[in-house]
Amino acid sequence: MKINDVILRTVTRIVVFIILTFGVYLFLSGHNTPGGGFIGGLVLASAIVLLYLSNDIEKVQKSLPLDFKLVAASGVLLATGTGLGSLLFGVPFMSQTFAYFDLPVFGKTELTTVTIFEAGVALAVVGVVVTIILSISEDE
Amino acid sequence: MMNNIIVLPLIIPIMVGVILVFLRPYIKTQRVISLVTMLGMVGISLYILNKIQTEGILRLDFGGWEPPFGILFVADSFAMLFVLTANIVTAICLMYAFSSIGENHEKMFFYPFVLFLIAGVNGSFLTGDLFNLFVCFEVMLLASYVLVTLGGKKAQLRESIKYVVINILSSWFFLVALAYLYGTLGTLNMAHLSERVAEAGQGPLLTTISILFLIVFSLKAGLLLFFWLPGSYSVPPTAIAALFGALLTKVGIYALFRTFTLIFYHEPSITHTLIGIMAGVTLVVGSIGAIAYKDVRLISSYNVVIAVGFILVGLALATQTSFEGSIYYVMHDMIAKAMLFLIAGTMIALTGKTKIDEMSGLIRNYPLFGWMVFIVTCSLAGIPPLSGFVGKLLVGEAAIEAGSYILLALAFISSIVVLYSLLRIFLNSIFGETIISPEDEVPLKKGMIIPIVLLAIGTVFLGLGAEFISGYVSDAAHTLSNPSVYIEAVLGGNK
Repeated sequence: MKINDVILRTVTRIVVFIILTFGVYLFLSGHNTPGGGFIGGLVLASAIVLLYLSNDIEKVQKSLPLDFKLVAASGVLLATGTGLGSLLFGVPFMSQTFAYFDLPVFGKTELTTVTIFEAGVALAVVGVVVTIILSISEDE
Repeated sequence: MMNNIIVLPLIIPIMVGVILVFLRPYIKTQRVISLVTMLGMVGISLYILNKIQTEGILRLDFGGWEPPFGILFVADSFAMLFVLTANIVTAICLMYAFSSIGENHEKMFFYPFVLFLIAGVNGSFLTGDLFNLFVCFEVMLLASYVLVTLGGKKAQLRESIKYVVINILSSWFFLVALAYLYGTLGTLNMAHLSERVAEAGQGPLLTTISILFLIVFSLKAGLLLFFWLPGSYSVPPTAIAALFGALLTKVGIYALFRTFTLIFYHEPSITHTLIGIMAGVTLVVGSIGAIAYKDVRLISSYNVVIAVGFILVGLALATQTSFEGSIYYVMHDMIAKAMLFLIAGTMIALTGKTKIDEMSGLIRNYPLFGWMVFIVTCSLAGIPPLSGFVGKLLVGEAAIEAGSYILLALAFISSIVVLYSLLRIFLNSIFGETIISPEDEVPLKKGMIIPIVLLAIGTVFLGLGAEFISGYVSDAAHTLSNPSVYIEAVLGGNK
């Protein structure tokens, strides 16, 4: 049976960008204000899941050729790697640091090592959520 | 304090496990990397253990947040002896898996999940924070859920659904207990908890919370509440069953020892008596189970239960001697139980049968294997000079000192039952007329017998070399019986 999903597809096309932007915003606003890698990752994952819902799986996989299990794995690797990176600097495991830089476009910007850790968390969350949804949908 | 090395037993297996996810198609590489990692972990554990002897208890404050505010890892001799033995056993079980687990498992992330499992186990032993203990438990349990269901046979799924449900339930209880504790005392750092319980006195409210923890950890350790254990330990592939039998209950046992020696030690007449009763009942019921069944895997699983009861007799008595006995016995039990499960699995692999009266005369076909069964029988029964003897002797001595003759009697009757249940395997399946004709004989793979021999060497070494490790064990028991040593190491220096 073919479902008429014109409205869902049209709305998705616009909404996905709003969700992705919001996800990035949440991710970047983490560690000082509400937000962070975990919920940012969840929002990003929801955008991808929406794409899968409105289009068929093969089509999305063609334009987004990622193995989400590996996305999750690289996220964990990145997050644990930053924790372990503290060892190289002779400070306790999971130590963090931050500094202010003058970047050409953004002006004075705070850059922290937490952001790298959070990026790992976000990747792990996206990978895991999408993998779970996909393996449920593959079940007949 | 800077002791980054003590986080390595947690973080290295996790990172290596994740890297192995990327190497999914390359089975050989996965085998080599995982084994090298485990051997490295054994080396690191040994190094840390020796460092503790010279520098005292080590601690690592994550991110430099000092206790009681941050999360921390604490490595004392007690934790490190567990970590060391667990890593040795895991390395040997991995070797057994190489030749027995099969390509399907290896391609479905078997090695990463074994590494995640041991990371969770190591983390649980090392953490100094109760909530972090919960997290490490979950890491271990999630990995174990995967390992127990991997393969998806009907019996496996039937037993694993019980295993998963009961563990989720007990994790929920754990969380509730943590919430109660945080609500009453305002901290979850173990040393800080201990201090606050001592200041406030362990009133009826705190004792109730402690009993909630007792229930949670008993479910995990298989103390009295072990109804889920024999089923779920007897269905997975041999190497996984051996890991479970050797390691998972020990984490629950570790948590019981930690909470009831460090935090809730003020009302022994309630809590420790309760533990004593539970241990006694576990010994009796486990003994009945070990004799009742003819399936080698079920007999092995009930032997796990008996050992849990025996080890916790040491906690119930709560003297330095009994702690030493329990620690010896835990180390012995990890090695000997892994060996027993590997042997049970090998018997099934060789004959294709699971019941002991369907096999016979294996010693004629596989003499070395037959002798290994003999060694594990003696070791688990506690016959000197093998490793079970020292632990049993010390726990017995403590029971006599404390005048707990009922526990003493139960503990030693259970030893006889262990001996009987394993002798039944030996006499029925190993001795007697062979049923396998030379031409039908399945060759015993080297990859199967070598790990068993290594574990046998382990149990002999632990028995003969008891003197050699007695320094570590008595240091561990000293910390257990004097909570102030642990508290001083964690909270001292920044007051």
